[in-house]
Amino acid sequence: MNSAARGFPERAAAALADPVLGAALDKLQGEFRRDRGAMLSRMPEFEALRDRAMTVRNYALADMDGLLEQFERNVIATGGTVHWCRDAEEARATVTRLCREADAKTAVKSKSMLSEEIALNDALVDAGIEPVETDLGEYILQLRRETPSHIVMPAIHLNAGQIGDAFRKSHSDRDSGRDLSNADALLAEARATLRRRFLDADVGITGANALIAETGSILLVTNEGNADLVHTLPKTHIAVVGIEKVLPTLSDAMAVVRVLARSATAQEITSYTTLVSGPARTDEADGPRAFHVVLVDNGRSKMLAGPYADALRCIRCGACQSLCPVYGAIGGHAYDAVYAGPIGAVLTPALGGLERAPHLPQASSFCGQCEDVCPVRVPLPALMRRLREDSFRRPDIAVAGRRLTRFWSWAARRPALYRPGLRLGLAMLRLLGAHRGAIRSLPFISGWTGARDFPVPEGGSFVEKWHASGREPKR
Amino acid sequence: MSARDDILAALRVGAANRRASASASDPVLPARATGDAIALRDRFVEMARFAGASVGSAVAAGIPAAISAYLSKERLGDRVVLAPEPALVSLPWRSAPRLEVRTGVPGPEDRVSVTAAIAGAAETGSLLVSSGSRTANAAHVLCETHIAVLPAGDIVGGYEAALSRLRGDGGAMPRAATFITGPSRTADIEKTPQIGVHGPKRLHILLVNE
Repeated sequence: MNSAARGFPERAAAALADPVLGAALDKLQGEFRRDRGAMLSRMPEFEALRDRAMTVRNYALADMDGLLEQFERNVIATGGTVHWCRDAEEARATVTRLCREADAKTAVKSKSMLSEEIALNDALVDAGIEPVETDLGEYILQLRRETPSHIVMPAIHLNAGQIGDAFRKSHSDRDSGRDLSNADALLAEARATLRRRFLDADVGITGANALIAETGSILLVTNEGNADLVHTLPKTHIAVVGIEKVLPTLSDAMAVVRVLARSATAQEITSYTTLVSGPARTDEADGPRAFHVVLVDNGRSKMLAGPYADALRCIRCGACQSLCPVYGAIGGHAYDAVYAGPIGAVLTPALGGLERAPHLPQASSFCGQCEDVCPVRVPLPALMRRLREDSFRRPDIAVAGRRLTRFWSWAARRPALYRPGLRLGLAMLRLLGAHRGAIRSLPFISGWTGARDFPVPEGGSFVEKWHASGREPKR
Repeated sequence: MSARDDILAALRVGAANRRASASASDPVLPARATGDAIALRDRFVEMARFAGASVGSAVAAGIPAAISAYLSKERLGDRVVLAPEPALVSLPWRSAPRLEVRTGVPGPEDRVSVTAAIAGAAETGSLLVSSGSRTANAAHVLCETHIAVLPAGDIVGGYEAALSRLRGDGGAMPRAATFITGPSRTADIEKTPQIGVHGPKRLHILLVNE
């Protein structure tokens, strides 16, 4: 069995036993439901906005090659540079080289899931460049050497006490007797500490929520305003972006903006929604002298040609995580993947290979809420089901109940054997549960019955009832 | 082959089928982004306040006095750094004698910035601002208080209409253009809503009446 697969049940069990995490996840999901309901009542056309966003993402993916070329031409026209990277290693090397060319000692960063995906910070540290995360949640995680546990609320698993401890340990130049017991004190300290880092940084690194081909612009969406300081104050701006983010026009980008914050946090729009186009002009009052866009494939072009291409529509809002009952029970870290929750269960194996994340598509009850809330209607349950089928066919991947399922599949195709067998099985189950109305444990599926009772079957099989009703199947 | 060639070649596998099945669609504008000038102005004010901004209004000659009154009401001192846009510099600043006005690029010591907005999008009460030769982008995010001056006639319905006012001759974009909707905020500590993490703690919009 693969080590990641072996670890998942243990990590999930540990997460279920963590009361701080449980309380945080209950708050996250309860408030998300409430706030999303209020958002929907303010925006009666939301379903039409979702359809529009889905259509836009689809035609952008269909034309990705031409749109990326157009984007590149227009970035060059505004005075910027585009770099193409096949994989994470090339992307890390490119960003590191650009930082070195800028003689950078520190790089301030705004939140980027792609940066997590390619493990950029480790590469910068190895090259002697200090990365400083400036999104408050990401900054807290950097101090604690943790990864984000939610796409838009990365530090959702922590409480104020844990954050205060991290600040006390890391901000050692401050008075050790200071009060950090409340969120306002933590915020004030983070603002003051990070303000100095913004002003001193040599390079600013952002991701992008979209690339706009017609103008060569990148779209940056934040509530804190940190991305705007990151791309404005340092002398060099580097944006690292997945190639699937390209869109044809500004109007298409606005279609994404209209569903992004509403789906992420149930806000109408984030506080700052910015289009950056090139470096500072010659007469400009401020801004960076150099602007680089680092385009990263890292499995996306291959995914586009395969059965999981629909997941490339994803705009990273995190709504599927905020509603998923499995995510709500175990949080993001139990998945042990950059992208957790339903979208992670598809993206992680689709981008990096099923053998690296065989447990993720299994972590779903298939309740379908992820697809119901997805702003670009990614059919997440269908994609997870297909990944389970892929897993089933691959001998190198352990699948719980594979032999039992094979046996059932073999028997079900032989009605002369299956029907009497089923009758016998039902009779035995009724006998087992006769004295208490439920069955406590069963052979072959003791893992399943270990946590639940198996109901005692009532009446005959479906086929028997069908025949008893006198109806015939349609041909 | 270069990385660029490799990636583009991989993206072309099966592209014809994808193009054949992808369909175009027209922009969908929420009803909230439509209406006459009075309705749009009312909606802009309502949505900007919903996002946590404060909104006042004055005739052009009354803007300096309105800024002075806002600063003393909120106890924010008398000093502002003004973006040297002609529309702002030409205002009668001597009519507000308590104000200390410096024009230029804000630095870390500045607490209040005053800039001119390009448009207001009624659909979410968002201001569209941009960087340029006179307005530093830092003026929109660096200070604790940002005061934005917006002619009421520049309020439009949706984002697209606002963006169409942004692009110069030949459709060129400014380096940075931002829809600002309320003050800087976060919910990263225990999902508690908090104001003013990196950008302004206060966004005050002054509409200029015709």
